[in-house]
Order: sequence, then C-alpha cells, then structure tokens
Amino acid sequence: MNGFHWDWAFTWEVFPMILTAAKVTLLATLLGSIFAIVMGLVFALLRRSNSRTLRISIYWVVEFIRSTPLLVQIFFLYYVMPEFGISMSPLATGVFALGLHYGAYLSEVFRSGIDGIEKGQWEAARALNLTIVDTYKDIVLPQAIRPMIPATGNYIIAMFKETPQLSAITLLEMLQMAKIIGSENFRYLEPFTLVGILYLVFSLLAAYGIHQVERRFPKEGFSLK
Amino acid sequence: MEFGEIVSVLLQGAVVTIQIVAMALPLAVLMAFSFGLIRLYAPTPFKQIAIVYIEFFRGTSALIQLYWIYFVLPFFGITIDAMTAAVVALGLNIGAYGTEVVRGAIQSVPKGQYEASIALNFTSSQRLWRIIMPQALVNMIPPFGNLAIELVKATSLVSLITIGDLTFKAKMLADTTLQVGEIFGVVLLFYFVMAQFLVFFIRRLETHLSKGLGRGGLHS
Amino acid sequence: MSAPIIEFKNVKKCFGETVIFSDFNFKVEENEIVSIIGPSGSGKSTLLRILMTLEGIDGGYINVAGESLWHMPWQGQHVPANNKHLHKMRNHLGMVFQHFNLFPHMTVKRNITEAPMRVKGVSRAEAEEFAEKLLQLVGLADKADSYPNDLSGGQKQRVGIARALAMKPSILLLDEITSALDPELVDEVLDVIRNLVKEESFTMLLVTHEMYFAREISDRVCFFDKGAIVEEGEPEAIFTQPKEERTKAFLNAYIGQ
Ligand SMILES: Nc1ncnc2c1ncn2[C@@H]1O[C@H](COP(=O)(O)OP(=O)(O)OP(=O)(O)O)[C@@H](O)[C@H]1O
Ligand SMILES: [Mg+2]
Repeated sequence: MNGFHWDWAFTWEVFPMILTAAKVTLLATLLGSIFAIVMGLVFALLRRSNSRTLRISIYWVVEFIRSTPLLVQIFFLYYVMPEFGISMSPLATGVFALGLHYGAYLSEVFRSGIDGIEKGQWEAARALNLTIVDTYKDIVLPQAIRPMIPATGNYIIAMFKETPQLSAITLLEMLQMAKIIGSENFRYLEPFTLVGILYLVFSLLAAYGIHQVERRFPKEGFSLK
Repeated sequence: MEFGEIVSVLLQGAVVTIQIVAMALPLAVLMAFSFGLIRLYAPTPFKQIAIVYIEFFRGTSALIQLYWIYFVLPFFGITIDAMTAAVVALGLNIGAYGTEVVRGAIQSVPKGQYEASIALNFTSSQRLWRIIMPQALVNMIPPFGNLAIELVKATSLVSLITIGDLTFKAKMLADTTLQVGEIFGVVLLFYFVMAQFLVFFIRRLETHLSKGLGRGGLHS
Repeated sequence: MSAPIIEFKNVKKCFGETVIFSDFNFKVEENEIVSIIGPSGSGKSTLLRILMTLEGIDGGYINVAGESLWHMPWQGQHVPANNKHLHKMRNHLGMVFQHFNLFPHMTVKRNITEAPMRVKGVSRAEAEEFAEKLLQLVGLADKADSYPNDLSGGQKQRVGIARALAMKPSILLLDEITSALDPELVDEVLDVIRNLVKEESFTMLLVTHEMYFAREISDRVCFFDKGAIVEEGEPEAIFTQPKEERTKAFLNAYIGQ
C-alpha cells in the first residue's frame, strides 16, 4: 500500500515534466486539426464532384477511415510507410494519422454545412458569372462556416483526447511522459492523475472557447479575404 | 510467414476483440440508461454525481482512463486483471457518451405525449416506461449504433495493456515478420467488416422497432 | 342549486413576468356545457391546462367536485397538493387535445384500453369491451387494430375522444379539438360530440373557434380577453346581442371572415 496517499512532493517534482510534454500534445493537436480541416474540405469537395465513381469511392474511403481504429491507422502509417521509402518522425506520423482520421469525420460536417446553403445562393453566384472557386470562397464558405463551428470544435476536442495514442509510437506527449515517470519511480498515481486532470481542464476550456467563438461569430458570415 | 498463418493468428485476436465488445457493450448500455435517467429525473445530489461521472469520462481520454484503472487502482489495493480493466474502462467511457443519447432521445419525445399521459392519470413510472421510453428507444438506435462502432474501435486500445486482441496480434506479427503491409491491411479490413456488420444489424433493428412501435414514423 | 363542480377563486397565473390571470373567478355547474371563445393568447388553453393539472397556479384556489384541486388539507391547513392528491383529482377530469397526442406505438385499441387497465385496474376483457363500445360511438369500430399514423386527422381526433371517455371522467375538457383538421374533417369530429351530449350528461368545458358549434351545443358561452371573462351568458344572447364592445369586435371579425 505504498502509494495509498497522494504524494505532493512527488507531484510538484513531476508536474513541470508533464507540462513540457503537454506542449507536444498541443502541437500534435494543432497540426492535426489543420491537416484534418484541409483533408475534410478535400473529401467534402470531392464528394460533390461530377464523377459518380469518384463520389462513391470517396464515400467508401471516408467510411473506411471512420470505422477503423485510429490506433491501427497510426501503426499502419508507422510500419508501412517506411516500406515505401517514406520515413516520418513519430510526430509527423501522428499528425498525418490524426488529420486523416478526423478529416474523414469533418468531411461530413463540411458536406452538410455546404448542403445547408440555399439553392438561391448558388443560382445567384451563377447569375453573377462567378467562377467555381470564387463561388466557394466568396459566397458559400463564408455563410457555411458559422453553423459548422460547434461540430468542428467538438471533433477537434475529440482529436485532442485521442492524442495519448501517439504514445504507442513513442511520441513523448503527456501520457508517454507519465508512463516513463511512473515506471522509473514505481508510482503511477500522481503522473496519470495529473495527466487526466490536464485533459479535463484543457477540454473544458476548449469547449468554453468554441462556445465563445460561435457566439462572437458574425451571423451574416464574413469575408474570407 | 504464410498468409494463411497470419490470418489465423489475427483471427485469434479478433475473437478477443469481439469478447471485449460483447462484455463492454452491455455495461455501456447499463451505465447509459441508469445515469441518463438519474441525470433527468433523480434528486439533485444524485444528478450531480451523474454529471461528475459523465463529465469526467467524456472530458478525459479513453486511453488515460484505461491506464488509470489498470495501473493506478492497484495502488489503492484494487488489483484487477487486464481484461476486467479493459471492459470496465471501455464500458464506463462509452456509457458516459451513451447517457447523452438516452437523455436526448427521451427529451425528443414530443411534449404532447407527456401531457396526454398526465391527462390519462398514468403514474410517473408508467409514463416513463409505457409511453415515453418505447418511443425514445427508436430514436436511440442510430446514435447507439454509432457508439457501438466507437466501442469496437476503442477496443484497439486494450492492446496497450498487453491484452492479445486484434491490434496486439497485428503489432506482434509486425514486430516479428516483415509483411507489415499485409498484416495491417488485413487488420483494418477486419475492423471495417465488424463495423459494417454493426451498421447492418442496427439498420435491421431500427426498421424492426419503428415498425412495431411507430409504424414508420412517430408523429400522430 | 347544488355546489358548482368547478370553481376558480381569485386565481393567479403567471409565466415568468407575463401575468395571464391576475384575479380570476369562474364557476361551472354540474352537467353544464360551457364554451370559451376569445382571441389568441387570452388564456383559454391555460385555463383548461390548469384544470388538467398540466400547469400549476401562483395564487388563489380551485375547487373541483367539492375538493381543492391544487391544495390539500394537512394538519388543519391548506398546503400545495402532492402527487397522490393530484392523482386522485385527475380521476374527475379528461382532456382532448388540439394535436390529438395519441400514443404512436400503440394500436387504436390499446390507446383506449391502456389507461383504464393500468390506472384503474380494469380487467382486459372489460376494458376491451368498453373500447369497442366507444369505437362504435365514434364510428371507428373497424380501426381498432390500426396504428394512429395510419389514420386521418379526423379519425385520430375521434380516437382521442374515445381515449378520454374510456376513463369515464365526469368533466371533459376540449381544447380546440378541430383546429388542426382540414375543414372537411371538422364535422365528423363535432358530430361525435353532438351525439355524446345527446346520450349522456357531461360537464364539458370547450375552447373553440367554431362559433356555430358553440352556439348550438353550449348552455353558456364565455368571451375571454386578456385573462378575464369580458362577457358571458346564453349563446343566443352572446351571439345575437353582445353588450360589450370587445365582444362585438371579436364576433364581427369572425363573421367577417
Ligand atoms: N409555457 C408557457 N410559457 C410561457 N408563456 C406561455 C406558456 N404557455 C402559454 N403562454 C402564454 O400565455 C398566454 C396565454 O396562452 P394560451 O395558450 O392560454 O392562449 P389561448 O387563449 O389558448 O390562445 P390560442 O387561441 O392561440 O390557443 C399567451 O400569451 C402565451 O404566449
Ligand atoms: Mg389555445
């Protein structure tokens, strides 16, 4: 029963180390989100393409990515990419995997956001002779973004909560740090609990942040310039 | 290694994965219903306990919960084997998301249904179980289906606490053979098939339930 | 005359800041049929919903069948009613809703038998026999095994009436029971009520926008505005010689349509 009580001295000793690792967690989340948003848009736009084959293939690609575990996808990229001569650092692999996985989820959000734009808006854009790029950039996306904020934000929080899986490919994020500290000191209570609390705090803060962004966001949309 | 051999090792792992799903899913459903109902109807202190459970398990990460239960609980003198830790962690995690499914489905039953059952003088438990719940169940099926798929995916985490599930076997094979492409390809396919099976099953269940309960729609 | 079966005394009702009734007084005699007419938002539905215990009150007293509806005696005082008291009081009352509110997961027959069986403990055989009688009364004997979603609006509302009658309430509350229906379906529902009051005596409180029906069926018509009864009396008097300006304006607007 050596660890039955909470050891404050130990807590203060390991806290800075876990905070250092938190930077890696946040960096992976940030890069992963950017990549996911890009992938999500690509998937969403491809699903609106004129080619039926392409639309159906993308549907199944998205479905496949969404219904298989992120951890296996991480392993897949980590083990299989080098076979093709592509060696990536754990962080790059992680960002790539998170981006693909959540890009698949976000594509559904973006798709329904774009579908939510009234037909009249498209017709008006055509009447004004806008190019397809301008139509998206000036007409569709500015209006579609606000309703997409909550769902996008929730997926980014979900992604953040899946970053501990990157410890499986030795990325030194919060959980990996806690594991190392734990095995070196034979005390898991404080490091794991600290990491849990940090996740809770970060995700509650993020949820609050999304709410604020959504509230402040101009209802009538904004210019993408 | 022969391809057939690889598949047979992976199949052993798949059986473990399915076992975990089969045990964690009932736990998740139990948690979802009990805490979903507490969250809606119980006196405030119980509600607060439910909120703590829900926020804690939704606010932290599934893998950390798994590690906490597996590595930290022994410090409190509660030693549990890896399998139990896996089932408990995943069941509680998915269950916490499930409470919101239960709550949302119950709240989406039209107000008129409550009013009619008050006017007919049903007791509050008859109201819940005979009038509201049968209608809410139909609404719960699709989101519960999605959670079941999330559970199947989340079982891969148990490989990290040394349980020999599908992911564990894949990693083991990948470390010992060089056929990593085949191995992970087959594993991804396995998970995909399991998920598609669930999707199929859920669609059937949904059609069946909405036929029996609401004749295709729920508006009267 | 015996004591009124429904009595509102100085009733107060607010929704947040909005005062619906500030000091409302109202009586209904046993077996009296009272129609309530008035502009939208005047508190007509709220009145029925308070009686059906779907809304509480913020002041005053209501008596139903000689007992306080929202209060009960306790240690020589009147205290807010508990569930048990409300459960007892609801036995006097039945309600038919504007939007039917049938249970979509039950057949027509079970919609009608469920409450008598579960709430009153009537045997299945007895409940089903009565349900058949009621379905005949509302002209839907052949629909017993249908589900509500397979019925027309008029048929749904007739089931709604049968369902309320199955509990044998002594007071029937009807809140705009035809206003969600297509015009051609209104009469099949109103006919059910016409037949009903011919055969049995009921205390009935109905909110309606069908003026000809109110005039034909009621013993008394109350014109409601802003949470108060502006004018009440025999239907002929109200419809042919309204005294108050507001009543005149309201009725003119209706006839004008
Ligand atoms: N639950 C509620 N919360 C807040 N305000 C309410 C609520 N129910 C009713 N009200 C308000 O109370 C007032 C009276 O409503 P009520 O439904 O009794 O009117 P009504 O006379 O039945 O009108 P209508 O002819 O439109 O049915 C309205 O202004 C309405 O907006
Ligand atoms: Mg009304």
